[in-house]
Amino acid sequence: MKKMKHKKIILISVLIAIGIDFLYAESMQGPDLGHAITPEEIAKWDISVFPDGEGLPKGEGSVAQGEKIYQQKCIACHGENGLGSTADQLAGAQMSLDSEYPEQTIGSYWPYATTVFDVVRRSMPMTAPGSLSNDEVYSVTAYLLYLNHLIGKDDVMNASTLPKVVMPNVDGFINIYEEEQSK
Amino acid sequence: MTKDRVNDQVLEENQVAGNGLLDRRLFLKKGLQFGAITTLATSTTLATAKSETPKTEINPADLPWMKTPGEPFSIYGMPSKHEDDVVRYPSPNQVVPGNGVSWTPLHKMEGTITPNGLHYERHHNGVPQIDPKKHRLLIHGLVKNDLTFSIDDLLRYPMQSKICFIECGGNSNAGWNKLPAQAEAGYFNGMVSCSEWTGVPLSVLLDEVGLRKKAKWIIAEGADAFAMQMSIPIEKALDDAFLALYQNGERIRPENGYPLRLIVPGWEGVLNVKWLRRLKVTNRPVMARNETSKYTELQASGKARIFTFPIEAKSLITSPSAHMLLKEKGLYQITGLAWSGRGKVSKVEVSADAGKTWAEAELQEPVLDRSLTRFRLPWHWNGKQSVIMSRVTDETGYEQPERNKLVKERGRKGFFHYNAITRWQVDTDGFVSHVYEKDETQKDNSDISIDSDWD
Repeated sequence: MKKMKHKKIILISVLIAIGIDFLYAESMQGPDLGHAITPEEIAKWDISVFPDGEGLPKGEGSVAQGEKIYQQKCIACHGENGLGSTADQLAGAQMSLDSEYPEQTIGSYWPYATTVFDVVRRSMPMTAPGSLSNDEVYSVTAYLLYLNHLIGKDDVMNASTLPKVVMPNVDGFINIYEEEQSK
Repeated sequence: MTKDRVNDQVLEENQVAGNGLLDRRLFLKKGLQFGAITTLATSTTLATAKSETPKTEINPADLPWMKTPGEPFSIYGMPSKHEDDVVRYPSPNQVVPGNGVSWTPLHKMEGTITPNGLHYERHHNGVPQIDPKKHRLLIHGLVKNDLTFSIDDLLRYPMQSKICFIECGGNSNAGWNKLPAQAEAGYFNGMVSCSEWTGVPLSVLLDEVGLRKKAKWIIAEGADAFAMQMSIPIEKALDDAFLALYQNGERIRPENGYPLRLIVPGWEGVLNVKWLRRLKVTNRPVMARNETSKYTELQASGKARIFTFPIEAKSLITSPSAHMLLKEKGLYQITGLAWSGRGKVSKVEVSADAGKTWAEAELQEPVLDRSLTRFRLPWHWNGKQSVIMSRVTDETGYEQPERNKLVKERGRKGFFHYNAITRWQVDTDGFVSHVYEKDETQKDNSDISIDSDWD
């Protein structure tokens, strides 16, 4: 009997919630002015790359090629061997994450290798973002992963190999939003 | 009775906490009491020493601007030239000048609304100069209809206004340093600003594109040179997120996202994506650079907190505050700001004896949800060294922590989400500086400065 009452309360609450939602949506009806867009057009906009590799383009790059590009376009801010300068240290972490002066590099901190490709393609180099070809982005990504001892010197990065690179700190994060939602 | 004895009696009758904190209604009382106590310090006695014109030259009864016609009308008003020190403080990257922040001068401001020209900035690669006629918003992904909208389209949509603060997750990050920062209050706490934002509820547009069942996250992307992207849970997007076109009644300034900014009330600033050009509906977060390698908080354990969206309650005395000078003992108004990303401020307490005793401050109405809230309390400074501080409690019952407690809980390597109590010390000469709690275990004074690390 008690359970029944409980269910009723829940049902009523849900109905009230739906009612409010409905009223809200009704009062804020949009004029439906959106323009349709084709998948081909969307592909030109969509540059988001996910940890499982979704969004990675065709092409590939090598460590050697990446080193050349790094020396030309990245070293000024990120320093030799990715050790950092006026911009983030990207490699060569000596101090662990639980030490007094932790070094948060790609190898020590970043949870996903795909994020390297994503940010290099969309944001780097800062003086000419979006200027690197997909092959060049794969190459720079490969070089940075190599500097962090995550891939070998002869490994090639592409849409199938990059998502498979396992990052040491992938389990180093506590999802606070999820924790709060489940409370 | 001598004036001094009246003062003593009034102070005794009105004291509500140690070291001269007075009844918050004192300023509302008329007559004897108000007049008896040494006159309220004006902004001049409080200000950092400014060069003053010699008194002999001033005759306030006979001033030149009443003798000639004034300036003509202007098409866009500017502040008085005498207020040219009320400015943002930019702190850019040495090599990439468009990467960095500029701080709102909270210590020079009153009220709760931030003028548009003083709203704090955090850019990753400069302010794009967007032509609104060429700008489009694309909504795609797990939706029934992928759609684009022009700015003119969006201007025809039903709008809502909300006054709310935006605070950068990295605000006050100097607080993690071992030594207290000695900049003016706003120049290390002023990555928080408050505006009336007006725009289209995101739910209205999501209704038009038609969410698919698997939709759980929305990835928002800006049209700046960094192409900033951040993932936002769909619950928040449907709850109260909106696409702002206006800020304090005028179109959003370029440095704050013109022509379109995503507003995510109460959540950390970086999610309020400026120059919004794309919303991708997905079933998972993208794990962008700025939600993994940045805007996550490394704990002492070596594990990092991720997706720490709401801004926890925080308050700060803006006057008197660091670098100000109290020229004489007497009656002052303690004033400051309090806010919470989880709702309304329910109370602000102030202490003038380093936390031994507290008194509740007057909150300026209206107290709004996830907005800056102004608090004030009269204080009689007796000329002795004093530590003043404020702490807020929000409507969830959460109380702003002392720095020691926060550091004990989170360590000092988190960089983001610093919300501890700030202590200002008034010295016997009236100079105000920033101090920490005394009992902190401090092995040495060496430290790596982290407050300018904006990459």
